[in-house]
This record gives sequence, C-alpha cells and structure tokens, in this order.
Amino acid sequence: MDWLLALIQAVLFTLLAPLFSGWLKWVKCLLQNRRPPPPWQPYRDLRKLFGKRPVVADTASWLFPVTPYVVFCAAALSGAIVPFFAVDLPTAAIADMIVLVGFFALGRFFLALAGMDVGTAFGGMGSSREMTIASLAEPAMLMAIFTLALTASTTNISVAIDYLLDTGLALRPSFLFALGGLLLVAVAETGRIPIDNPATHLELTMIHEAMILEYSGRHLALIEWAGQIRLMLYGVLIANIFLPWGLAREFTPEALGIGAAAIAAKLGALAVALALAETSVAKMRLFRVQEFLGFAYLLSLLGMLSHIILEV
Amino acid sequence: MPVPAYSVYEQAILFIAALVVFTSFLMLGQKRLSGMIHLFAAQGALLAATTALAAYALPYPHLYVSALIIVTLKVILIPAMLHRLIVRLDMHRDAEPLYLYGYVMMAAAALVMFSYYVVEPIEHLSTLATRNAMAVSLAVVLLGMLLMITRRQVVTHVIGFMAIENGLFFAAVASTQGMPMVVELGIAFDVLVAAVIFGVFFFHIRSSIDSLDVDRLNRLSEVEP
Repeated sequence: MDWLLALIQAVLFTLLAPLFSGWLKWVKCLLQNRRPPPPWQPYRDLRKLFGKRPVVADTASWLFPVTPYVVFCAAALSGAIVPFFAVDLPTAAIADMIVLVGFFALGRFFLALAGMDVGTAFGGMGSSREMTIASLAEPAMLMAIFTLALTASTTNISVAIDYLLDTGLALRPSFLFALGGLLLVAVAETGRIPIDNPATHLELTMIHEAMILEYSGRHLALIEWAGQIRLMLYGVLIANIFLPWGLAREFTPEALGIGAAAIAAKLGALAVALALAETSVAKMRLFRVQEFLGFAYLLSLLGMLSHIILEV
Repeated sequence: MPVPAYSVYEQAILFIAALVVFTSFLMLGQKRLSGMIHLFAAQGALLAATTALAAYALPYPHLYVSALIIVTLKVILIPAMLHRLIVRLDMHRDAEPLYLYGYVMMAAAALVMFSYYVVEPIEHLSTLATRNAMAVSLAVVLLGMLLMITRRQVVTHVIGFMAIENGLFFAAVASTQGMPMVVELGIAFDVLVAAVIFGVFFFHIRSSIDSLDVDRLNRLSEVEP
C-alpha cells in the first residue's frame, strides 16, 4: 500500500510538471498583457515533439542520443524521492538532500557533455556558461541545505520536514536567509529570467537553449520535460521545506486530500510570485551572474551563521 | 537552546537581530549613496523595533523612550539631513565603485564569525534570553568599521560611523537592560551633533579639495609643487 502510494506520487509528480510550467507561463502572459496559451499547452508541445523523428548529426557520438534519457531519468528519479504531498513514504529513506544535489549534477554533467559532443560553437558556449553558473550556484545551494540539516540534525528531507512539523511554527532567521539563498539558486538553476531567458533563442544571451540547440524530436521532448520536472522540483522543495504545513503524515484519504490541496495551493502561489519577479526584473548581463550568485551564497552563509550564533 | 524553547518575543528579537546584521551586509554591497541612506534608516527602524519589543517583553518600560529616540533620530532626522546634504552637494545619483567586492564580503563573513568566537565566553555570564544577540551587535560594529575602511566617499564614512553607533546601542539593549536614560540621551545628542558637524565638514572638504574622495586627502601638501 505504502509502495503503491509512493509510486502514485512519483508518477503524478512527473505528469504534473508540465502543468506547473504551463501555469507559470499562463500567469506570466496575463501579467504582460498578452493572450496566454492554456496551461496544458506544454502537454500538446510534448505530444507534438514525441511524434517527430529526432535528427542526429553525423558527428554525434553515442553520448548524444543517450543523454536525453539520462537527464530525464535523473530528473524523474529525484522527483520520485522528494516528499510531494505526503511524508514518511518508503521512498523517503533515499530522499537525502546531498543525493538530490548529486542527481541535479548528474543530469547537468551529461547535458554539458552532449552540448559539446556535436562540435558546434553554440553547444560548447552553452555548456561552458551552464557549468560556470552551476559551479557558483551549487555551493550556495549546499550551504542553504546544510542550514536546514543543522536545524533538524539530519540530511534526510522527509525526516527534516517531520522535525519541522513536530516543533511547530518558530521564527528562525536562518530559515529566512536560507529561503532567500535557495530562491536565487532556483532561479539560476532552472534558467529563469535574471539569469537566462527560457523563451528566447537569441544567440548571445541564451545558456540552456544553446546547449540543447542540436536536439529535436523525442530527444528534445525528454529534455524539455526534464527541465519542467526540475522547475517543479525546486518549487516543491522550497514549498515543503519552508512551509511544510498541510503535508499528509498518515495515509488516510482525508489527510492525502489535504496534502494534495495544500501543495497545489503552495505551488500555485509560488508560480505567481515567480511570474511577478520575472515580469518586474530585466535579464542580467552574463558577467553580472557571479554577483547574483555571490549574493545567494552570502545569504546562505548568513543563514548558517545566524543559526550558529542565534539559534544554538 | 533550540528556537522553539524561546518565547515568541524572544524569537522576534533574535529574528530582527539577524536582519540588523543583514542590513550591514547590504550596506557593504550598496553602491549608491541614496540607497545607503535608506539602508541606514532601515537599520535604525529594525533597531527601534528590537528595543520596543524588549521593552514590552522583558519588561523594561524605559526602553520605550529609547525606541522613540531611535525612531526620531536615526530613522527620520539623520537620514533626512544626510539626504538633503547629498542633494545639495549634487551627489544623490553618484555610484561609488566597489573595490575588491568579493574579498570585502568574505572579510565581512569572517568578521561575523570572529565576533561570535570573541563574545561566546562573555555570553555565558548573562542570563538574558537575548544574550545571543551580543555577537550580532559586535559584528555590526566591526562591519561598520569595515565599511569605513573599504570606501573612499566621506558620506559613506559617516554612515559607517553611525552604523558603529547602532551596533553599540544594540549591544546595550541586548546584553543589559539598556543604558541609563542620562547616558542614552547624551549619546543621542552626540550623534545628532556629530551629524550636523559632519554636514559642515562635507562642505569644507569639498571647497578645499573639490571632491569628497578621502583618498585625495593624502595628497594635501602645504606648498604647491
């Protein structure tokens, strides 16, 4: 029964990820006075892409067609272990934060290799930029995660959330800073606006899109889907770690229903906040990204310091 | 002691304490003078909030007066004066270049850690719930000094100086029951007078070296070469 629930949760996570990014796009369009596509538009795009034959360049090695599957599996697997609407599921045993960061790194590593594999200039440029950003974002993310781990004395996400639910509401300055740091990292890692523009193919500014420029057909669909899962993953992580209330702790239909409604509301609100931020901020020059991520690191570091100084 | 063991007020005081040190970090990263003044006012407001909370929760009613003094002086009067000054000096749109930004930030984080280790043995002498905030107040003092050391603009120096005073005041609130009223009033007026005199000095410095860059003071000589 528990395993069935875990399986349902994992499948739902994967299936709902395109809806989340569709909703985000819908809100953003409304804010910018454009007529939005329906929130389920990403499903149509994915279906269209899955129906097309992928074109692979002559110079591509075996790495190139393998990468989309690796990237998608890494994303789907990390989606499966994160507490989505219930904690204490059997999969929680492997829901370790450091493992999660490792999964992100695995997907990114293969994507960067694939970007360079074909040998076009854009792919290499995109890979180089992506790795630059990743190398700056990862320490900030780990620092924010360690702040949480110090508070709950565990690196297991499910146990940490349990601890937070047990102790109830408390004003923790470290969490505020860690939240800020993690939000900035999430924006950078999922390629949202001040860092990268997900909606453009303008040569000089693109990062993520430059890397996957050579992909088409079902390969592209898998990569896009993985990107949507990653976006939702950051959303779920932020919502469930910093606002864990509503998560189902026992597996009764009512508790699960409340859990599902709570996470839907949290994600919906988070998407609105992200859309507002994206609409009000202009894209940053590439060379200012290090300032942005330096600030994220500073926030995370301050979170850890204020935990040690003020909360122990 | 874990956070949920504190009462709500103590939690709030510690929470605001963390925000005070954060404003100090933001000052270190702020290029614009007007932004700097706003940050200084925000720090003053947070300080006043802490003092009022301490007055309500601990309870030391005379701290309400201190909170009132902070609001009038550091949130309204001094920022307004400084703002008028930089408008009159036509510097309110100036952006100051940040030298060695990354290193300064690292040094700032190191200073916070340093003040934690320095204050830790002293903290055990106190029984107040807010004693943890002592390290924060020392950090604010040191960060104010760092701000004065790393910048070249006189106005920034003045704000750094005032931030040091904020840190000292915060230490008084967090570690004891606030200073005696006479001392507090004395300091408050000292700060106000200092702000006025600084204002006069700005004009003097500018009329003699035609700039407010402190580095150029090194090059003053009595005889023109």
